Amino acid sequence: MDMAVEAGVIKQHLIDPEICIRCNTCEATCPVNAITHDDNNYVVRADICNGCMACISPCPTGSIDNWRTMPLVRAYSIEEQFTWESLPAELSTEELEAAGVSAEAAGDAAAAVPAQTQAQAQAAVESVEPVFNSAQYGATVPPWSAAHAYTNLFAPKAPTTATVVGNFNCTEAGFDSETHHIVLDFGVVPFPVLEGQSIGIIAPGVDAIGKRHHARQYSVASPRNGERPGYNNVSLTVKRVTEDHQGDPVRGVCSNYVCDLKVGDTVQVVGPFGTSFLMPNHPRSHIVMICTGTGSAPMRAMTEWRRRLRKSGKFEGGKLMLFFGARTQQELPYFGPLQSLPKDFIDINLAFSRTPGQPKRYVQDLMRERAADLAALLKDGASHFYVCGLKSMEEGVVLALRDVATEAGLDWDTVGAALKREGRLHLETY
Amino acid sequence: MSTINYSEKIPNNVNLGEDRTLQRALEGWQPNFINWWDDVGPEGSTNHEVYLRTAVSVDPQGWAQFGHVKMRDYRWGIFLNPGDANREIHFGDHKGEKAWQDVPGEHRANLRRIIVTQGDTEPASVEQQRHLGLTAPSMYDLRNLFQINVEEGRHLWAMVYLLHKHFGRDGREEAEALLQRTSGDANNPRILGAFNEKTPDWLAFFMFTYFTDRDGKFQLAALAESAFDPLARTTKFMLTEEAHHMFVGESGVSRVLARTAQVMNELKTDDPLKVRAAGAIDLGTIQRYLNFHYSVTIDLFGADQSSNAAIFYSSGLKGRYEEGKRGDDHVLKGQTYKVLEVKDGQLVEKDVPMLNALNEVLRDDFIKDSVAGVGRWNKVLEKAGIPTRLTVPHKAFNRQIGALAGIKMSPEGRVVNEVEWAAKRDEWLPSAEDFAFVASLMGRVVEPGKFAGWISPPVMGINRQPVDFEYVRFG
Ligand SMILES: Cc1cc2nc3c(=O)[nH]c(=O)nc-3n(C[C@H](O)[C@H](O)[C@H](O)COP(=O)(O)OP(=O)(O)OC[C@H]3O[C@@H](n4cnc5c(N)ncnc54)[C@H](O)[C@@H]3O)c2cc1C
Ligand code: SF4
Ligand code: SF4
Repeated sequence: MDMAVEAGVIKQHLIDPEICIRCNTCEATCPVNAITHDDNNYVVRADICNGCMACISPCPTGSIDNWRTMPLVRAYSIEEQFTWESLPAELSTEELEAAGVSAEAAGDAAAAVPAQTQAQAQAAVESVEPVFNSAQYGATVPPWSAAHAYTNLFAPKAPTTATVVGNFNCTEAGFDSETHHIVLDFGVVPFPVLEGQSIGIIAPGVDAIGKRHHARQYSVASPRNGERPGYNNVSLTVKRVTEDHQGDPVRGVCSNYVCDLKVGDTVQVVGPFGTSFLMPNHPRSHIVMICTGTGSAPMRAMTEWRRRLRKSGKFEGGKLMLFFGARTQQELPYFGPLQSLPKDFIDINLAFSRTPGQPKRYVQDLMRERAADLAALLKDGASHFYVCGLKSMEEGVVLALRDVATEAGLDWDTVGAALKREGRLHLETY
Repeated sequence: MSTINYSEKIPNNVNLGEDRTLQRALEGWQPNFINWWDDVGPEGSTNHEVYLRTAVSVDPQGWAQFGHVKMRDYRWGIFLNPGDANREIHFGDHKGEKAWQDVPGEHRANLRRIIVTQGDTEPASVEQQRHLGLTAPSMYDLRNLFQINVEEGRHLWAMVYLLHKHFGRDGREEAEALLQRTSGDANNPRILGAFNEKTPDWLAFFMFTYFTDRDGKFQLAALAESAFDPLARTTKFMLTEEAHHMFVGESGVSRVLARTAQVMNELKTDDPLKVRAAGAIDLGTIQRYLNFHYSVTIDLFGADQSSNAAIFYSSGLKGRYEEGKRGDDHVLKGQTYKVLEVKDGQLVEKDVPMLNALNEVLRDDFIKDSVAGVGRWNKVLEKAGIPTRLTVPHKAFNRQIGALAGIKMSPEGRVVNEVEWAAKRDEWLPSAEDFAFVASLMGRVVEPGKFAGWISPPVMGINRQPVDFEYVRFG
């Protein structure tokens, strides 16, 4: 998997000022404070909205559900949006091309929009070219046997404080994409989390326009009973962002703050978030985990929880299968501990895209190699699939699943729909 | 004794299952609520399955669950927005102290009164809208009406929860009384005037949900600032639902205007009689309905000078709209505010102590918000190339409460004498004839995707469903 994300194109989230009744519901709902207003309009900040869709169904008018394929550099600013009386038209293919956005990249941006808005996204890019919408297969419901998740206990306006009790560099030092394993302790404050959920961290200080930084989301990397069992703590896997999606050098606000934290420091935390990317709990359930980079965080959480349960004699029947991609072995977080897990417990497949002297291998290549095993799992209603990591991996992975199914004589439309309906295919890419 | 499993039937985040006293109190109240719903709730709807939005928790995933439900089986949950253990009182004399989790003895009577008054408006609107289901202009509109009804019902539950949980025996008695008063009842009416007015037709309903539910928004927003934390958190959550009600009003009137404009353009006329003959509502009638609902609603904010308002604010019971976003000292002592009065036949402004003018402050905030929406209605006309514009009447027009009560005033704000008022009244406010005409249009249309001739279809369906979705399944 190539870590660099292609093309500066986004699906920008916009509010239709002609339909919006300025009721403030979306602003009150958005977990990351991406929505703001003036006397005229309600608007979404393109740089903060992460497309989590939390605002979509609460909006009474539907005006919130608008998306435009935009070159990142031409994304509408909030000042511009404040002046609008109606939504601007979608840029034409020619305009997009003039801005250096290929039809393919525009399609990718559409695929990155979560499932609920696929219809609109699809309509918007139809003029470009038909695309495979991987996101449409992602479930919005949890597996039936998942535990109940608590969410939004701490809102951005009322964050809680956690203390750093551990911070380790878990990639080999000296590599660009340094990744840290951070442990946060909540003391006596209730902060229940499940594997697959994420939390938000608010970096101190203010942004360029003087507003408090918005919260960045990080997946929980520890199991439900804590990194250290029996203590009120969680761990995170945070990659230092040193270059932006275009590859230009940049110092990511929150990831660098987190990676530089010292034991004893305190951090502002919001959340937890996430009600569907949750693990099944019945003893015969299989889990297939496909990830790149820090997308390994939820996979580590799930694996560790199964490992702890296995020690207690449960989950003999359920299989674990992992596909994990990084540029090099050195950049793979948790590489050491992964190697020491018993083979009969987890079936590990590692893909490196930049090992000198070796051909590039991506997670989807490995999946195709393991088609026979994956096909068997796809046929089994107890199998659950989890995909997490950079946005650019998602489509390739879901396409690989589709091909595996088709080659095994399964009808992907049927299988894909069942996976979605039954909460058995989960996509979390960022 | 009923054996209701409350945590299942009544989704809640107030630990109902573990609070025996509260549970028993609500067990007593619940059957009476259902009786009230059956008696004066939406008429003839018992067996309909309605595509409703139900809240099952307060997080974004939980509070907007859509599905077909019989209204009687709707889950009237009890929800408080997540709390902040360190929240401080941010206005009034107690500013800087910790917000109260319990009712302080000295504020008990006032708080109860505030909660009862708010609670009383919730069942009232259900009663006022009771017959509208029989004349719905479409299945989509019917669904919206029912959605509003169940949420008003839930808001009643929210206030009843506060009364039961925090006010002991008198709280329980007040909660009972909420089900005994009835809108428009000569012997036992609802507390506030506007909630005893009839909602005779759908144009009135849209105006009511636009203006009067917006009063709800501002009252709830002011209560959401309260030092009494449970009240603040309850009303915060109610606000998210109130939004839908205002949406029904705002988009409803927009759709009426769109249809009227279409007819005017098709017939190339601005003659109200021709518009009416074509089965649409003429712009003059719409303006008169607007004048009426606007003036009745701004009365809801109370007298322009009120020592109660000052007490409520200073003691931290009720803040201003968006209190937290204002840049002043949040104590307001020694400051002044301008209110209107009539002197020598002229309207004049005078300065009064700000604390006593807080009703007027909230009214003015409301006015600003309403006027912006009327501007959006005018966009509909503008787009259709119709030169007429709707306006809100003067603040002093047709007022029944406060210093302006009973003063005869034109919509532009000119003091007029009785003779002129009598002559012009039917130009300014809906006449019996207007009501009769609008009523004549109210035939029931409930085939999916079909709409009565006086209103346009909505721009989009509810929850991204198509406009011709089966929003109501008739049992
Ligand atoms: C649900 C969810 C779960 C997440 N889980 C994790 C996790 O477990 N571990 C983790 O490290 N991150 C995770 N992220 C990403 C994380 O929230 C931040 O986006 C990331 O840490 C960058 O934040 P920053 O403040 O450092 O950079 P910013 O200051 O916000 O951004 C600086 C620049 O870098 C670009 N940029 C942002 N993120 C990346 C990236 N990942 N790669 C390249 N360029 C980027 C931005 O577009 C911007 O131009 C998750 C995101 C989501 C939505
Ligand atoms: S999609 Fe999520 S992040 Fe974006 S505005 Fe809506 S709630 Fe906020
Ligand atoms: S929730 Fe919808 S209608 Fe309300 S302000 Fe936000 S976009 Fe507008």
